[in-house]
Amino acid sequence: MTDRPLTKNIRPGQPPLDLKGYEKAGGYAAVRKALGGMAPKDVTQVIKDSNLRGRGGAGFPTGVKWSLVPIGPDAPRPKYLVVNADEMEPGTFKDRLLLEGDPHQLVEAVIVAAYAIEAETAYIFLRGEYILAAKLLMQAIAEARAAGYLGNNILGSGYNLDLHLHTSAGRYICGEETALLNSLEGKRATPRAKPPFPQISGLWGKPTIVNNVETLSNIPHILVNGPEWFKGLSHTPNGGTKLYGVSGKVKRPGVWELPMGTTVRELLEEHAGGMRDGLKLRGIIPGGASTDFLGEEHLDLQLDFDTVGKAGSRMGTGTMIILDDQTCPVGFVHSLIQFFAHESCGWCTPCREGLPWTEKILAALEAGQGEMADLDRLGKQVKFMAPGMTFCPLAPGAMSPLGSGIKRFREDFERHIREKRCPWR
Amino acid sequence: MATIYIDDKPYEVKDGQNLLQACLSLGLNLSYFCWHPALGSVGACRQCAVKQFKDENDKQGRLVMSCMTPASANIRISIGDAEAKEFRQDVIEHLMTNHPHDCPVCDEGGECHLQDMTVMSGHHDREYRFKKRTHINQDLGPFINHEMNRCIQCYRCVRYYRDYAGGRDFNVFASHDNVYFGRHEPGTLESEFSGNLVEVCPTGVFTDKTQKKHYTRRWDLQVAPSICVHCGLGCNTTPGERYGQLRRIRNRYNGEVNGYFLCDRGRYGYEFVNSAQRVKQVVYRRRDDAGVETVEKAVKGDVLRYLARLLADGATAIGIGSPRASVETNFALRALVGPENYFTGMTALETRLVSSMIEILKTGPARTPSLDEIGDADAVLVLGEDVTNVAPMMALRLRQSVRNEPMAVAHKIGIPDWNDAAVRGAVQTKKGPLFIATPAATKLDEIATSTYNAAPDNLARLGYAVANAIDPEAPTGDRVSAEVRQLAETIATALKGAKKPLVIAGASCANECIIQAAANIVWALCKTEHAAALSFTAPECNSVGAALLGGRSLDEAIQTVRDGRADVVIIAENDLYRRAKRADVDALFEHAKHVVVIDHSPTATTAKAEVTLPAAAFPEGDGTFVNNEGRAQRFIQVYVPEGDVQESWRWLRALRVATGKADVAEWATLDLALASVEEAVPALSGVRNCAPPPAFRALGQKVPRQAHRYSGRTAMRANINVSEPKIQEDPDSPLTFSMEGYRGELPASLLPSFWAPGWNSAQALTRFQEEIGGPLRGGDPGVRLIEPAAGSAPAYFGDAPKVFAVRKNDRLAVSLYHIFGSEELSALSPPLAERIPALYAALSPSDAEALEVANGDTVELRLNGAAWRAPVSVRPDLPRGTVGVPAGLAAAEFLSAPAWISVEKVSAT
Ligand SMILES: Cc1cc2nc3c(=O)[nH]c(=O)nc-3n(C[C@H](O)[C@H](O)[C@H](O)COP(=O)(O)O)c2cc1C
Ligand code: SF4
Ligand code: SF4
Ligand code: SF4
Ligand code: FES
Repeated sequence: MTDRPLTKNIRPGQPPLDLKGYEKAGGYAAVRKALGGMAPKDVTQVIKDSNLRGRGGAGFPTGVKWSLVPIGPDAPRPKYLVVNADEMEPGTFKDRLLLEGDPHQLVEAVIVAAYAIEAETAYIFLRGEYILAAKLLMQAIAEARAAGYLGNNILGSGYNLDLHLHTSAGRYICGEETALLNSLEGKRATPRAKPPFPQISGLWGKPTIVNNVETLSNIPHILVNGPEWFKGLSHTPNGGTKLYGVSGKVKRPGVWELPMGTTVRELLEEHAGGMRDGLKLRGIIPGGASTDFLGEEHLDLQLDFDTVGKAGSRMGTGTMIILDDQTCPVGFVHSLIQFFAHESCGWCTPCREGLPWTEKILAALEAGQGEMADLDRLGKQVKFMAPGMTFCPLAPGAMSPLGSGIKRFREDFERHIREKRCPWR
Repeated sequence: MATIYIDDKPYEVKDGQNLLQACLSLGLNLSYFCWHPALGSVGACRQCAVKQFKDENDKQGRLVMSCMTPASANIRISIGDAEAKEFRQDVIEHLMTNHPHDCPVCDEGGECHLQDMTVMSGHHDREYRFKKRTHINQDLGPFINHEMNRCIQCYRCVRYYRDYAGGRDFNVFASHDNVYFGRHEPGTLESEFSGNLVEVCPTGVFTDKTQKKHYTRRWDLQVAPSICVHCGLGCNTTPGERYGQLRRIRNRYNGEVNGYFLCDRGRYGYEFVNSAQRVKQVVYRRRDDAGVETVEKAVKGDVLRYLARLLADGATAIGIGSPRASVETNFALRALVGPENYFTGMTALETRLVSSMIEILKTGPARTPSLDEIGDADAVLVLGEDVTNVAPMMALRLRQSVRNEPMAVAHKIGIPDWNDAAVRGAVQTKKGPLFIATPAATKLDEIATSTYNAAPDNLARLGYAVANAIDPEAPTGDRVSAEVRQLAETIATALKGAKKPLVIAGASCANECIIQAAANIVWALCKTEHAAALSFTAPECNSVGAALLGGRSLDEAIQTVRDGRADVVIIAENDLYRRAKRADVDALFEHAKHVVVIDHSPTATTAKAEVTLPAAAFPEGDGTFVNNEGRAQRFIQVYVPEGDVQESWRWLRALRVATGKADVAEWATLDLALASVEEAVPALSGVRNCAPPPAFRALGQKVPRQAHRYSGRTAMRANINVSEPKIQEDPDSPLTFSMEGYRGELPASLLPSFWAPGWNSAQALTRFQEEIGGPLRGGDPGVRLIEPAAGSAPAYFGDAPKVFAVRKNDRLAVSLYHIFGSEELSALSPPLAERIPALYAALSPSDAEALEVANGDTVELRLNGAAWRAPVSVRPDLPRGTVGVPAGLAAAEFLSAPAWISVEKVSAT
């Protein structure tokens, strides 16, 4: 048993294990176990017991999500499992490691998860730019199919599953699970209103589960090693390990699998090697761009869903972006908002119109054309695009670094206006 | 019913609605954009936010979108909550960041939902100080103007055009704040229902291009309730006039008929009224002994005296009515010449077809559904009708009806009907049963379960086979092929399995057996306890009214004249050349001593009349039409025409007075004329009540045709005479040509258009409905004259026709219909004329091969000495042994059925 289940097969600089190697490393044991006698609902129960929470950003309990899918002979058919491998969140590159490093792990996970919800078809929705991952996944899928892990009557169990790889045309919003489903259906990638939830009416109107790559990659290990083992991997009650990432001006940016609940300090200082020489830490966006700034006072914060939530931010994808003292916080936020404004799907008013306006204000501040009233307006924008006001969480996510940034770096914003220039340029 | 609490006040609301619907139904003001009563909710614009509270102790609450929240029992919300109000203002402010704010030059100004909602939200100062994004506009054809910069991205247009109306050449492109609504490239919008974009779009992106040519603000238009004259469905319209010119047609909601929409023929076919060629004066055409013709304008009084003399001298006069003339006009003609000398103006075949439909609907147990009810059907068989081109709005309804059966999927998982995107997500592309059996492919085929193209007799045979498959006692034809039997079984199973099965047929194939087959099917269904409905399309706007009045056919009229039994022929609003063979109509003119034609538009018939009397076109007069459902509906004069123009029935009344057959008091008003109609024709009893009488007053007042903001009243004629003219009298309706009068709640048939304080756009409608999408308060306009004989079990029509036999030399003519072109009056309107297809003669590939012709080659069609040339169009869907001719565009002889025509290749010379 390992304490780094997700990355145990990954060797930097080496190609991923092929089917033989993967099997030799204990791979596909979970498929044998699940299909070799477990009822689908028992698989779901194990995942529920493990307290695995979604690694796509929201941290929703995976087992609970699965249990909402109608099961049994009367359930609508076909049902679908969809892997969310769109990974376009700024600063996030954790799923990529798993996709390129151990594609069979994901294929195995898909089979088990699909079995648990009795899906007959699964899709991997892959970010278009992940070309290497696409190639490796196709190989892995072909190998698995040839070995009888996919297709009809898998391992003689009577269970059939098709797995397709779909590469995205490239919009950030395609990562939002319902926009993803629309995109898969060949429609515009605009999110759907919930309810109905995808578990009830998802892909092509059928019960569907969408899970993140990292979430799913945990499944085979939980099944083989049990829920208690999984919980034991964590420093906190949130369970398991987590792929944590650090980017920004640190010595060694990267991504590491660590126990859930690892502190910011450990991550930053031990694993990322601390700030580059001459730079000081000013802010931390803990989990992709759509989370609130944390600061130096949070260095000893344990990174898990609940603890970060209590500190006023979100763990999100667990991949932090570091703001140093020689980077303009306004420019930093501007760059993020530019991304979000461009990636707005254009469906709802606050986001479609609110983000471009916000972006223009920030650009004006950077260009030395800001006005004091702009700060009130930015505050208003944060309120206007708060959760619940928009159709989906994209815009509220975009407001997280802005809202918290204005609070944390107000003086920097004001200097731009007073000095009619960006003080960092 | 459920009790909900809005700003702490309890209200009773109907179950199954969302909060926005509930609030609007209660008459409360709440702003919205993306929700549309016919399109449902999608939650995109965020304009309809309200505060929702957990219970009465919750003071915090949270914002929710009212259009996406069920109005469930005991829910507590606030519209007036400060945070909710601020949010709604913010939404407008943001929409305005890119909106050009060019109201003064925008055609939507004054009836713009965006203006109304802006005012309603309370937003006024805009802080945005950056550049606006701009778009390029597209040329979308002759009907619609495109100004994309005004777009507020509510997505209504694309949802209407694609999801609701089934169009494909329109979409939303790009993303973020650059989303674009239009076509993939500039070009004429293909949908037959594109004009509704003008009313669906809450701002000035899509505006009426025909109106733009003679633009007038809404508040400067004089309006009255009217009825579309361009097909037999009788959609309700609001024509608008200024300076004696008809400026536009807008939809007038009738919950039972057209609902929120019109077809493009109905909306854009109006310009014939403004034509410089209109018959506007009394014309007298004299031919001297040498045969030299002189045409002169005549004085009304002189001509009346002249005609009175003609009619008085013991001469026999016959009258030829028209299915496009009002009930009153046809009746007045009948009264003038006497029932024995009155002819319907429809050919023998057409008279028989329409009468047969009425007979079936009256004596049989199956009900004729309203257009609205057609949308509720959950299994439909169309027998012989190209619905999109013959009865366009019925096609739009059928596009909704195919959603009914699969809707069960959404219901099962608890998605309410109004949650549009979720319903469509759950239902996907599933469609309920719709079977289309027609001579050639039709546009609705794309949503059909299966289709069947065959010669008319074979369509009837399919119908008989379906009836037989439902009830073995119903007769079937001989030698029914296995293929037809199989299809019939499938159709029968679908119809029997439905809660609201519907069969649609009509006169388009000019084949009585099809009508009888349709009757057999619904009767078989009724006999086996299925509540089947039967809808017939009607060829023209008053075909049913004319048939209910009765009378002999045009063929008999021509024979009468030929036999020398008529000295004077009076023709009302009928171009005989469109109906009968040229030679026959020529013979009528030759044999009749005097021909008097009353019409509003010049036709081949007016061109030969000795006397032409100028008739009022629909917006210039009052009258009643009976639509295909048997619904009598009143159209009310919008404006008083200049000169001698008056309703045909008034001309006929004047002749009665001039000949001493009536005194001046008789039929002084439309209402009195209708009283006579009801007395003389029991089949039409009820027509008088389809709108309140002229004496009706609301709180002692009449109903104004002009908005309270009508401008220039005292100035508009000042160049002619500085004294303000007296308000014109209207003896026929309780409406007045004035700005003054009663504007509150009124009988729906008198509502000229929909307006309420703060609601200047088409969206004002919610203030007039009993519930959203339901009937207008006090009941939808119109009186149904045809009801089924409930519980009756008439004997089935006898055996089916024989299998269609291809002939060696001749080919059977089948009419192919065109929404733009087949109807007489709209084809005279320039914007629509642009869309009329080029002439053609359609042949099946095997016929083309036999004749050694290809697409574009010229063929000559010959029948009884008449000849007509047209380029060939090879259509694989057309049955072998037939030739397809464009209805209304080819000479009448080739359209009368059954016409066996010789078709020959014309060699290039
Ligand atoms: C704008 C937006 C982008 C998202 N992008 C991703 C993504 O790239 N990958 C992902 O797994 N989840 C993404 N999500 C979260 C998904 O909607 C969804 O919650 C997640 O895939 C569920 O998987 P999980 O339960 O395994 O976390 C995004 C959400 C939003 C609102
Ligand atoms: S917040 Fe609205 S506009 Fe933005 S991505 Fe989500 S649905 Fe689209
Ligand atoms: S064009 Fe009109 S209907 Fe279409 S999205 Fe824009 S504002 Fe809405
Ligand atoms: S469907 Fe017929 S009645 Fe209705 S608008 Fe069109 S032409 Fe007029
Ligand atoms: S009307 Fe409710 S969100 Fe648009």
